[in-house]
Amino acid sequence: MSKASLSSYLRDIRFPFCAGCGGTTVATVFLKAVQELGHKDFQGFVFCSGIGCASWIPSPHFKADSIHTTHGRSIPVATGVKLVRPDLKVVVFGGDGDLVGIGLSHLIHAARRNLDITVVMVNNMIYGMTGGQVAATTPMNVKTTTTPYGGFEGSLDTARLVATAGASYAARWTTAHLVQLRESIKKALVTKGFSFVEVVSQCPTAYGRRAGFKNAGEMLLWLKEQSVTFDEAEQLSERELEEKIVVGEFVSRILPTLSERIQTVLRKAKKQ
Amino acid sequence: MVNHLTSGSHFMRGNEALAEAAIVAGCRFFAAYPITPASEISEHLAKRLPQAGGIMIQMEDEIASLASVIGASWAGAKAMTATSGPGFSLMQENIGYAFMTETPCVIADIQRAGPSTGQATKCGQGDVMQARWGTHGDYASIVLSPNSVQEMFDLTVRAFNLAEEYRTPIILLADEIIAHMSEQMVVPPLEEITIVDRKKPKSTDKAFFDGDGVAPMPSVGEGFNVTVTGSTHDEFGVRFTADPKIHRVLVTRLVEKIRSNVELLADFEAVNVDNCEVGVVSYGCASRAVYEAVEMAQDRGIKVGFIRLKTIWPFPEKAVEEMAQKAKNIIVPEMNLQQVFFEVQRVVKGAARVTPVNKIGGGEMVTPEELFSVIEGSVGER
Ligand SMILES: Cc1ncc(C[n+]2csc(CCOP(=O)(O)OP(=O)(O)O)c2C)c(N)n1
Ligand code: SF4
Repeated sequence: MSKASLSSYLRDIRFPFCAGCGGTTVATVFLKAVQELGHKDFQGFVFCSGIGCASWIPSPHFKADSIHTTHGRSIPVATGVKLVRPDLKVVVFGGDGDLVGIGLSHLIHAARRNLDITVVMVNNMIYGMTGGQVAATTPMNVKTTTTPYGGFEGSLDTARLVATAGASYAARWTTAHLVQLRESIKKALVTKGFSFVEVVSQCPTAYGRRAGFKNAGEMLLWLKEQSVTFDEAEQLSERELEEKIVVGEFVSRILPTLSERIQTVLRKAKKQ
Repeated sequence: MVNHLTSGSHFMRGNEALAEAAIVAGCRFFAAYPITPASEISEHLAKRLPQAGGIMIQMEDEIASLASVIGASWAGAKAMTATSGPGFSLMQENIGYAFMTETPCVIADIQRAGPSTGQATKCGQGDVMQARWGTHGDYASIVLSPNSVQEMFDLTVRAFNLAEEYRTPIILLADEIIAHMSEQMVVPPLEEITIVDRKKPKSTDKAFFDGDGVAPMPSVGEGFNVTVTGSTHDEFGVRFTADPKIHRVLVTRLVEKIRSNVELLADFEAVNVDNCEVGVVSYGCASRAVYEAVEMAQDRGIKVGFIRLKTIWPFPEKAVEEMAQKAKNIIVPEMNLQQVFFEVQRVVKGAARVTPVNKIGGGEMVTPEELFSVIEGSVGER
C-alpha cells in the first residue's frame, strides 16, 4: 500500500524508527484497517500512548488528537478521556515495557472494567528505546543488556491475561501475519468494550542483534515459524509450547461496557 | 434534583465542604484511591457528582487517579483528585506532566503525619516542600492552604479557577485537622461566586502551547488535532528531544507564568504587620492557634502582627519582607520540623530573627499558650 493513500491520516513528520522495525509495520497495518473501516480521516478518534518506540506511532505522526503520556500511564489517561467523552473512539498504542512492565496493573484493570477502548501492544519482547534491557515478555534464556548470561525469569502471556481479566476482545498476531493482523485490528476497533491486540514484533536493533538474528528479515521468518494456532498448540507439550507464539483470538464476546454501566449509575443518581 | 449546595449557612466537615465546592466550581470528573484522611472526599463525591451529572471513579492507585484526571481535563471536564502523603508521593511524576502539558486540574493533598505511612490518622504539615519541589526538573507550583471549613470551600473554588486560568495543576494543601473538623460556613449566592473557564481556541487556531502567558486550550474530539506530550515540545505540541532553545523557551515560559504573577497569586491574611515588634507567619491548622496567642500577647502590651498564608507557593516574599522591616522577631509555627521557616529565613535575609515553633506526632497542635510563650520570650531577646 502506498504511503500516499494513507497520507490523510499522517502529519508531514517521518516515523523515526530504525530500518526494519516492526513498529512501522504495525502503524501501516493499523492505518490500512482504519481506511478499510471507511474512516476518511481520524475525526472522532483520540490516541493515547506512553513512552517508548511503539508509543511514538501515533504521537505526533497521526493527524489526530493524541496524548503522549508518562511511561505506562496511557490507559488511565485514556480512561479519563473515554469516561468524559464516551462518543469518541479512544485507541492506545504502546510497547510491552510500557503496557505490561510498568503499566500492567492499568491494563488488567481496564480489561476488568471493560473500558470501551482499543489497545494495540507492539510486543518486541524488549525495552527498545532504552537500548535492549530484559522485559516481562522476553523469552527465557535470551541474552539482553541486563541478562548477559541469558534471561532467568518467565515471560507474560499478555493476550491470555487480558482475556481472563474480562475484556470483550483479545487477540495476538505477529508482524508476519499482515492480513490477520489487519482483520483483527478492524474487529477490535468495532468491538464494544475493551479490545486488545498484541502484535509480536521485531526490534532488529535492540533485540535481534543480541538474540543472534542477522537482520529484520530473519526475525520475521522466525516469528512466522514460531507461530502456532490454538489447534496446533493443543498438540504440543508445555515444554514445546515455551518456544512458540500462540496466535489467534483469545476471546471475542459481547459484554456490557464501563460507559454503559456508568450511564445506569447516572440514571439512578438523578432519581435521588 | 439538587446540583449545588444551596446558598446560606451550612454546618459541615472540611472534606465535605471541599467536595461540595468542587461541584460548585464545575468539577465533573473525580478519580481517587482510598486513603485516610482524604477518603470522605471520594465518598461524598461518589454520591454527589453523579447527581450533578459528573463521574467519580475509584482508580487502581494514585498514579492512575491523576492520570485519568489529566485525560478527563483534555476531554474538556474540570477534574480533581484527592489524596494524602503516600498517594501524593505517587502522583509526583504526573504532576510534572500536567505542568509540562499545561493541563488544568486540582490535586487535594490532605496532609497527615509522614514520612512513609507515618501516623495515618494524625495530622501533619510535612508536605509543604514536596508540594513545591516534588516532581523532577524545573517547575513552579501553585499551592493553596485553607485553615477553616469555610476556606476548604472558598479555596477549592479558587483552586479550580486558577487551574483554568493558568492551565496548570493546582495543589490544595489541606490537613487532617481542617479536613475532619466541623464548622459553620456560608455559601454565597451562587451568582456571586466567580467561576473561571479555560480560554477556548478559535477554529483557526493551531498553536496551543505558546504565547506570553497561557494559550487557548482545545479539547480532544473538537477537530483541532491537538498533540499533547510531556516531552519538550514547540507551540504546536510537536516533540523536540534535543533542541536546546525549544526546551529553554518552553520551560522558562511555564515557570514564568507562575513566578511573574506572584502578586496576583498571593493570598494572605495580614494583621498589624505595619505596627508590630513581633510577627507570626503561619498557615493551615497551625494558624488556628495564632489568633488567641496574639490576643494574649496584646493583653500584655506586646505588639504582634501576623501573616497567614492562603497561598503558600509561590511564596509571598514581599509581604514577609515588609513585615521584617517592622518586626525584629518573626515566629513560624508549623506541624513539621521546619519547612516554611526556612523560606521565611531566606526572604528576610537577616532583617529579623526567625524562630521556629514545631510540633510533630500524634496530631498534636501547637497551642495558643505555647505560641504565646515564644512570643513573650522573643520580646526579651531583642
Ligand atoms: C518512569 C520511567 N521509567 C523509565 C523510563 C525510561 N524508558 C523510556 S522508554 C522505556 C521502555 C520502552 O520499552 P517498551 O515500552 O517496550 O517500548 P519499545 O521502545 O520497546 O517500543 C523506558 C523504560 C521512563 N521514561 N519513565
Ligand atoms: S530500537 Fe527497536 S523498537 Fe525502537 S525503533 Fe529501533 S528497531 Fe524499532
